[in-house]
Amino acid sequence: MTYGVPETTSRGQRVLHPSPDQLLDTVTALRDDGFCTAVDVTAVDYADHPGRTDLPTGTAAERFELVVMLHAHQRGERVRLRVQVPADDPSVPSLFDLFPGTEAMEREVFDLYGVTFDGHPDLTRILMPEDWEGHPLRKDFDIGSIPVQFKDAPVVR
Amino acid sequence: MTTGTHDATLPDAAETPSDATTGIDMGSAERVHRRDGSAVLRLSEAEALDQVSDPDNPAADERMILNMGPAHPSTHGVLRLMLEMEGETILRTKPVIGYLHTGMEKTAENLSFLQGPTNVTRMDYAASLFSELVFSLATEKLLGIEVPPRATWIRMLMCELNRVSSHLLFQATNGMDLGAVSMMIYGWREREEVLRFFEKVTGLRMNHNYIRPGGVAADLPDGWRDDIRRLLDLIRPRLDEYDTLLTGQPIFRQRLQGVGVLTPAEALALSVTGPILRSTGYAWDLRRDEPYLAYDEVDFDVLVGTYGDSFDRFAIRLDETRESLRIVEQILDLMPTGDYRTQDKKVTPPPRARIGESMEALIHHFKIFTEGFHVPEGEVYVAVESPRGELGCYLVSDGGPKPYRMHIRGPSFVNLQTLPHLMEGGLIADGVAIISSVDPIMGEVDR
Repeated sequence: MTYGVPETTSRGQRVLHPSPDQLLDTVTALRDDGFCTAVDVTAVDYADHPGRTDLPTGTAAERFELVVMLHAHQRGERVRLRVQVPADDPSVPSLFDLFPGTEAMEREVFDLYGVTFDGHPDLTRILMPEDWEGHPLRKDFDIGSIPVQFKDAPVVR
Repeated sequence: MTTGTHDATLPDAAETPSDATTGIDMGSAERVHRRDGSAVLRLSEAEALDQVSDPDNPAADERMILNMGPAHPSTHGVLRLMLEMEGETILRTKPVIGYLHTGMEKTAENLSFLQGPTNVTRMDYAASLFSELVFSLATEKLLGIEVPPRATWIRMLMCELNRVSSHLLFQATNGMDLGAVSMMIYGWREREEVLRFFEKVTGLRMNHNYIRPGGVAADLPDGWRDDIRRLLDLIRPRLDEYDTLLTGQPIFRQRLQGVGVLTPAEALALSVTGPILRSTGYAWDLRRDEPYLAYDEVDFDVLVGTYGDSFDRFAIRLDETRESLRIVEQILDLMPTGDYRTQDKKVTPPPRARIGESMEALIHHFKIFTEGFHVPEGEVYVAVESPRGELGCYLVSDGGPKPYRMHIRGPSFVNLQTLPHLMEGGLIADGVAIISSVDPIMGEVDR
């Protein structure tokens, strides 16, 4: 337990597992502890891989996982936060007030996964067109294909 | 048209951080914590009509929304900017991206780990070897394999040359955007020399698929040292020529100095990395501070600026080119002999000669290239210093032959967030200089 949340390591890298409610407090504590920059915010959809084994006991696996990477330059230390986000309420607090650099990254996660960020200044689609339906990086979003005009046409030999 | 005023209520985080260890003035990050939003820049026409200006205040009529891009020659590809202008002055900027979004992270989930580099190499097309490198390092970390020393050094050599070619491209486009069109020709000419060496080694000029999980695709060709020496002899004096042409040129300096200023605190708050962070005076380079490959065995300097303006960003990239050539020169002597890819049979296909004589080798070869090798379950984040900043790869494997999730942390994508702050209050002509100095590669921004 670090900052009141379970800690694990993955291939030698430090990982914390706060719940969505603990996220803001954990990141605030980490920032005050020297983690001066938020390197990245991304997400994973574990719909096709529910039985993952790398979560600490007591942390229930949910469909979505928000991944936040922080970096303490002076100590040369990195930490990764993996937040379990349930599919029926995919919403987490925004980190904008702590690290404004997460603005575009959170928009990307919202756009591609449909996870909403409470308190984000401008939560709109960033990569997909504004009128796009669905969230492309979800596992149940088909990659689709381009219709080929002659695919089913009778073959003339 | 009237617009909302900037809301200056600030969260706690905006207080000025002090930095005892680096000893530089971090400045204030107040500006970047503002929540004024830029929603005004995408009002519908009906909504905009509601806000039409007051006839008693003619000054308000000066404000207009200007759309720049996505097909503007100085937006480096398909960047689109919505600008709120008052006369020639930029008040607010909203970068609109996604015009080059092709879902490469989704594509990666349908390609095996061995096919992965062909996909990621198309992200940052000006520094494609770095994407291949970070993807390969992440895969190797998940696999838990070590690559032979020669592969590591070949990777370093190629990446440093790629940094040279990428920074030369920056010099070319930066010159072009500022009206120094001859610089464009010079930058392109020298870059082509580097690409010619790449073509000799990898077979391709730009999207190499050369660095792969387990090592590199092929050994360096015979006589590579002579080629490198020729490159060094050619490019170094040309860099001095750029100095004469641009660095000391009063018009060029006036276009860049004091334009688009960023403080270190703002840069950190915005997660900025690379030359933009270093231009603020904050010495941070993953090659030095978190050595990967064999960067701890070569000598190089981390260059920092003083003012955090566009000129510092130009000068840092020019000098970094020299540092990269310095590293390349050291690699000439330090390059070890040995294998260029791991001999782990799970990852590396059998040599061509074995396939002709052994059925098992043929099956093995077939399996690696059709099904792919299985990577143990887990997740990992690896970062390298690309010419644009921290290039990271977050890789999740479910134990199968394809990544369950592959995310690339593109430095251009993050650095682009500085544009609204850098351009605020400046002239639109300076805006072009600022976009150029941020040096975004849209392939990496949109992925």
